[in-house]
Amino acid sequence: MDDFLVRALIAGIGIAAVAGPFGCILVWRRMAFFGGALAHSGLLGVAAGVLLGLSPMLALALFGVAAALVIAGAERQRSLPGDAILAIIAHTALALGLVVVSLMETVRVDLMGYLVGDILAVSDLDLIAVTASLVVGLGGLYLLWRPVLAIVVNEDLARLDGVAVGRTNAIMLMLTALVVAVAIKLVGILLVVALMIIPAGVARGLARTPEQMVLWSMAAGVLSVVSGIGASLLWDIQTGPSIVVTAAILLGVVWLPALRRS
Amino acid sequence: MIFHNQIAAAVRRRQSAKGSGMTSTEALLRVEGVDVTISESRVVQAASLTVDPGRIVSLIGPNGAGKTTLVRAALGLQSVSAGSVWRRPKLRVGYVPQKVMVDPSLPITVRRFLSLGAGTNGAAVNSVMNEMGVAKLSDRPVQQVSGGEMQRTLITRALLRDPDLLVLDEPAQGVDISGQEELYRMIGDLRTTRGCGILVVSHDLRLVMAETDHVICLNGYVCCEGQPKSVVDHPAYLEIFGIRHSDALAVYTHNHDYRHRADGDSIRSSADTDKALTVADG
Repeated sequence: MDDFLVRALIAGIGIAAVAGPFGCILVWRRMAFFGGALAHSGLLGVAAGVLLGLSPMLALALFGVAAALVIAGAERQRSLPGDAILAIIAHTALALGLVVVSLMETVRVDLMGYLVGDILAVSDLDLIAVTASLVVGLGGLYLLWRPVLAIVVNEDLARLDGVAVGRTNAIMLMLTALVVAVAIKLVGILLVVALMIIPAGVARGLARTPEQMVLWSMAAGVLSVVSGIGASLLWDIQTGPSIVVTAAILLGVVWLPALRRS
Repeated sequence: MIFHNQIAAAVRRRQSAKGSGMTSTEALLRVEGVDVTISESRVVQAASLTVDPGRIVSLIGPNGAGKTTLVRAALGLQSVSAGSVWRRPKLRVGYVPQKVMVDPSLPITVRRFLSLGAGTNGAAVNSVMNEMGVAKLSDRPVQQVSGGEMQRTLITRALLRDPDLLVLDEPAQGVDISGQEELYRMIGDLRTTRGCGILVVSHDLRLVMAETDHVICLNGYVCCEGQPKSVVDHPAYLEIFGIRHSDALAVYTHNHDYRHRADGDSIRSSADTDKALTVADG
C-alpha cells in the first residue's frame, strides 16, 4: 500500500475515534452550532498562523481554544438568540479568514484543503498532532466522564452534587476546540461538525446507555473514514466530502428502519 | 401509600441516629435581605427566609413572583446582588427542580439517572426506588415517564442524598389533581420519617396548607408570612390571590383531616376539585 494512504488511514481513524465522542457531547448539550462556529473561525487561525510562522495545526489548535472562549462568552449575552449569535460569529469569522488569506500575497494557502480537508497530504507532524489529540481528548473525557454526564443531565443538580461545573465546562470547551482543530485536517472547516455529529446520530440509534453511544460513535466514525477514503480512491472524489457522505449513508441505514416503523 | 409503612422502620432508625448525634436547633438555611437582579430587572427584593430542621416552610406566590429565583439563590445556584445567604456547613441538600428536561438524544434509563448522584450504591438506590414507587420505571428511558412519575423520580434522586434539607420547586406540576393531594401528604410524611427540613415552592397555598409550619408569600418581595391560617387572612395575601381563593381554602381546611384515598372517590373531593380549577383559572 502506498505510504500516503497508510498515513491517511491512520490519521483518519485516529481523528474519527476522538471526533465521535466529542460529537456525542455536542449533540447532548445542543451545541452543534457552537461546534460550527468554532470550525468556521479556523481559517482565521490558519491565516494568523501563517503570518506568525506557526505550523497550521498548532495555529488551529491555539486559535481554536481562544475562539471557543470568545464564542462561549458572546453566546451568553441575550439581545439575540444563541443560534443567531453563533451564525453571525461563524460566518463573519469565515469571511474574515477568506479576506485575510486573499490579502496575503506572498504566501499561498491551500484554501480548498482547509475548506473541505486534505487527508491525503498528512505529514509526520500531523500524525503526531493526531496522536496527541487522541490521547489528550479521550483521556480527558475518560477522567471527566462522571461530571460531564452529570452536567449533560442537569447543570443545577450536578452543581449540588458537588461537580465543579465551571471548571469541567471550561476543560471540555478547550478539548472540543482541540478536536475540531485536528479534525479540520481530515474533512475541512465546512464539514468538520458533520464528522462529529453524524456518527453520534448513528450511535443514538444503536445505544441504550451513554457509554454505548460513545463507543458506537467511534465505530461509526472509523467505518465512515475507512469506506470514505476507499470510495474517494475508487471514484477519484474529494476525500473529506466522501467521508461525510459515507457517514450520512450509514445514518440512513441505521435510522430508516426505525422511521418506517413509526 | 403502602410504601410509607415499609420504610417507616428503616427510616426511624436513621432518624434516631441523627437525633441523638446533633440535637442543635441551628437553622439549616438562612437567607437575609436578598436581592436578585437578572438582566437588569430586580426579580427578588429584600427577601428573607429561614428553614429549621424538621420544619416545613412553604414559599407561595403568583407566577413570576421570583419563587424559583429565590430558591436557586438560597441553594447557591444563582448569584445575589445584595443580602446574604447562609447554609449550615456540610449541609446535604436534596433538590427537586421545577423542570428537568433530559435531552432525548441521551440514552439513559431512570435507574441510571438516579445512580448519577454522588456516592450512591445499588442497594440504596433499590430501596429508595421501592419506597417512592418508581421501581417499575427502572429500565424505562427517563424521557419516557409521565409528569407524575418524573416528579417521583426526582424526589427519589433527592432522597438518595440522605438530605438534611429537601427543596421542592412546584412538586405537583404535571401531577393530576387526585395525585397532588397524595403527593403533598407524602412530602409532609417525609419530614417525620426522614427528619429533614423542607422548603417547598407552590403557586397554590391550598395544596401545601395541611402540612406547612410557616408560609412565606412572595411577590418579588415578601408581602406577608406566618402560620398558614394567619397568612390567608392577611390583606396582602387577599390582594394577590383574591377573596375567592380564601373561601376555597376555608372549604379545604374544613375537610383536611379527612384522609381520602389516593383514587379520590368522594363527592367532597370532586366538588373541591372543581372549585380549585375555577380559582386557578381566575
